[in-house]
Amino acid sequence: MPTFVYMTRCDGCGHCVDICPSDIMHIDTTYRRAYNIEPNMCWECYSCVKACPQNAIDVRGYADFAPLGHSVRAVRDEEKGVIAWRIKFRNGKKDLSLLAPITTKPWGKYIPQLRDVPAPTQEQRDSQYLYNEPKYIRMDDGGIHTLETNGLKIVEGVQY
Amino acid sequence: MAYKTIVEDNIDILVAGAGLGGTGAAFEARYWGQNKKIVIAEKANIDRSGAVAQGLYAINCYMGTRFGENNPEDHVRYARIDLMGMVREDLLFDMARHVDSAVHQFEEWGMPIMRDLEKGSFLREGRWQIMIHGESYKPLVAEAAKKSADKVYNRVAVTHLLMDEAKENRVAGAVGFNVRTGNFHVFKSKTVVCGAGGASNIFKPRSVGEGAGRVWYAPWSSGSAYALMINAGAKMTQMENRIVLARFKDGYGPVGAYFLHLKTYTQNAYGEEYESKWFPALQKMVGKEYLDPELSHATHRPIPTCLRNHAIINEVNAGRGPIHMVTMHSFQDPHLEEIGWHNFLGMTVGQAVLWAATDVDPKYQNPELTTSEPYVMGSHATGCGAWCSGPEDISPPEYQWGYNRMMTVEGLFGAGDAVGGTPHAFSSGSFTEGRISAKSACKYIDDGKAEGIRVTDSQINKLKEEVYKPMEHYKIHRNDIVAGSVNPNYINPRQALDRLQKLMDEYAGGVTVSYMTNDKLLSIGLMKMKILEEDLEKVAASDLHELLRAWEVKHRHRTSECVMQHTLFRKETRWPGYYYRGDAMKVDDENWHVLTVSRRDPQTGAYTMEKAPLYHLVEDETAAAAE
Ligand SMILES: Cc1cc2nc3c(=O)[nH]c(=O)nc-3n(C[C@H](O)[C@H](O)[C@H](O)COP(=O)(O)OP(=O)(O)OC[C@H]3O[C@@H](n4cnc5c(N)ncnc54)[C@H](O)[C@@H]3O)c2cc1C
Ligand code: SF4
Ligand code: SF4
Repeated sequence: MPTFVYMTRCDGCGHCVDICPSDIMHIDTTYRRAYNIEPNMCWECYSCVKACPQNAIDVRGYADFAPLGHSVRAVRDEEKGVIAWRIKFRNGKKDLSLLAPITTKPWGKYIPQLRDVPAPTQEQRDSQYLYNEPKYIRMDDGGIHTLETNGLKIVEGVQY
Repeated sequence: MAYKTIVEDNIDILVAGAGLGGTGAAFEARYWGQNKKIVIAEKANIDRSGAVAQGLYAINCYMGTRFGENNPEDHVRYARIDLMGMVREDLLFDMARHVDSAVHQFEEWGMPIMRDLEKGSFLREGRWQIMIHGESYKPLVAEAAKKSADKVYNRVAVTHLLMDEAKENRVAGAVGFNVRTGNFHVFKSKTVVCGAGGASNIFKPRSVGEGAGRVWYAPWSSGSAYALMINAGAKMTQMENRIVLARFKDGYGPVGAYFLHLKTYTQNAYGEEYESKWFPALQKMVGKEYLDPELSHATHRPIPTCLRNHAIINEVNAGRGPIHMVTMHSFQDPHLEEIGWHNFLGMTVGQAVLWAATDVDPKYQNPELTTSEPYVMGSHATGCGAWCSGPEDISPPEYQWGYNRMMTVEGLFGAGDAVGGTPHAFSSGSFTEGRISAKSACKYIDDGKAEGIRVTDSQINKLKEEVYKPMEHYKIHRNDIVAGSVNPNYINPRQALDRLQKLMDEYAGGVTVSYMTNDKLLSIGLMKMKILEEDLEKVAASDLHELLRAWEVKHRHRTSECVMQHTLFRKETRWPGYYYRGDAMKVDDENWHVLTVSRRDPQTGAYTMEKAPLYHLVEDETAAAAE
């Protein structure tokens, strides 16, 4: 379901160009507005749709199997931490509005800066632990799983 | 060529491709290497790149040891049976024992994970899957990576790994070009963590024309991880284990939550249960060990995914298609109906668009299912990828030559789709593997293993010339013709991709041949592949975007060639439902209960194939239960 850009809404800001993982949103040199240069490499991932401040990008079903006349719109609100969806069927019989959270915490604050946490000890370096382990595995002080702790041994299984 | 050369020197850890694996690596690298220089090179924008660009509605790999749910060995057993015996149990156990700590951090960072209010645990979709509102999964892990990295280069497509000229078989960084500015980037680095993702679009997709981008795995999954590693001479494993997915028709919407959480089920066009009909014959083909419906029923041991595909493929070929997903019952419950739609919006919006366009309301109509074209990847229910060293405390000697997740090229590490033999890692497991490799990479450097790396200008200049060749070629020959895309001296990247897909489809067991191939087809396919490689030397790019596509198709080609070599080598049909060797239809445990390993000689292009022993670290569930 490739994207297209409404001529009257786009102001050529380039957010969609910046984000598209497939590198297919480009600015048209004549009109100074964005468009999809390679619809058959579009995954309808909606990354550009969500990024567009003007709501100028929409999606229409792929010509080779989807008829015209439907719509699926998304508005993503980082401040409120939600995304709103509206799905309209071609026959007009269904019109769904759905809302989902995108994060439970404000952006930019809760992920630790590992440059500033205490450096790992030599013992930690020599162990199998990763950052925040073992605590973060079981959320208590239980250690990491090994073959021994779990009562396992290498079973002869080599076959040719 | 007018493009500038930008050299980033003295890098300790270069992350090539920052999807779920790469972001995990960048994040963790900062902890073990607080004074190290960490750089990311990513062909898109890390905020929305890779397979998780549009989000996910489930984390498919979570043990839940915290809630007393599973231990790592349970996951090993599960993945082993699903992959018909073939996994690297050491790597799987290692991933599984760490994966919960990644998920717990995700929740702390703000990922909305659904809770089972009665049990207090995470809401389970199935034994291994938990449900999330994962629209912003990728921006979240990208934030973690950005906080840790010294520099993030977005829109830099990595084309080659640099090799050390002082010591054979040691990596020295990577090169690539900026898709926007055209600049040539040289990353001189002590180690590289390769996280450049799996391969879609190497087989002809079911969708055509405008719809060709509607593949299940992202169209930007260009097999770069594999091609970079293969070209550097790294050993690969399980490349024959391509995956075919049963999904909702045309949109390829996921079915996991439908089966597991919404309790929907499938039937043929006439409303009949069809699966069990195919099982007796299939059991003769694969053996009771891998298909025992009674045992599965008694122990909840799942039936391998490929075998369920086999039943669909055969029922459709018998003229009783399409297969339908029975949604009409569960969707009468408004809560389940909502989850059904959210599931698509969270990770495959296209399926919602398709149903809206075709007026398919699953509440009143059972939607069609289909099987996809094959994909090559190492993190889903498939184990393609590089042959990696395992953890010191677990791995048998054949699986261990030093650093955890290091490949057979020194200093080269991997995560996610890049690592072979660790299926069922999914998003959380890929991130975890990234973390594991980052720790090892730091250790490798601290042990002084990366001293004295030398990269000469002649290596760099040679690569630079190669990188821009498609543009040069275009400039030289575009005026041979009046206009248009038909030129006797070059093909464009799309034409090359179409040819590759047709070739793989017809000779390596794609959709149009019902996933069937044999030794003759594969041998012819490999010859055609060589000729395509010659033509890829003449691929023409009219601009930087096409230069990106040119390198993607070159990477896809190399990946495909390796897939063919592996499929030819393994003389059995190990995964019926993923592919069939018409000349060796049975699972042949006596000769092929082994892992397959290949190496392409970077100088000659010749492949060496070998069998590697399969160690079982964990006993069977049945054996354990009998004790
Ligand atoms: C439709 C779909 C549904 C899925 N559902 C689930 C699910 O419900 N739960 C779950 O846990 N997992 C799910 N997965 C699987 C999960 O997304 C993958 O297992 C995981 O993302 C793999 O991580 P990776 O790092 O190996 O690859 P990716 O995340 O794909 O990352 C690869 C990165 O490399 C970059 N790259 C590629 N080539 C180059 C190059 N040449 N130079 C520089 N950069 C490059 C890409 O842009 C990308 O950022 C799903 C995947 C898909 C596609
Ligand atoms: S939907 Fe995704 S792939 Fe398509 S143009 Fe937008 S960002 Fe690119
Ligand atoms: S983000 Fe929207 S407004 Fe900005 S260039 Fe793209 S389509 Fe136009």
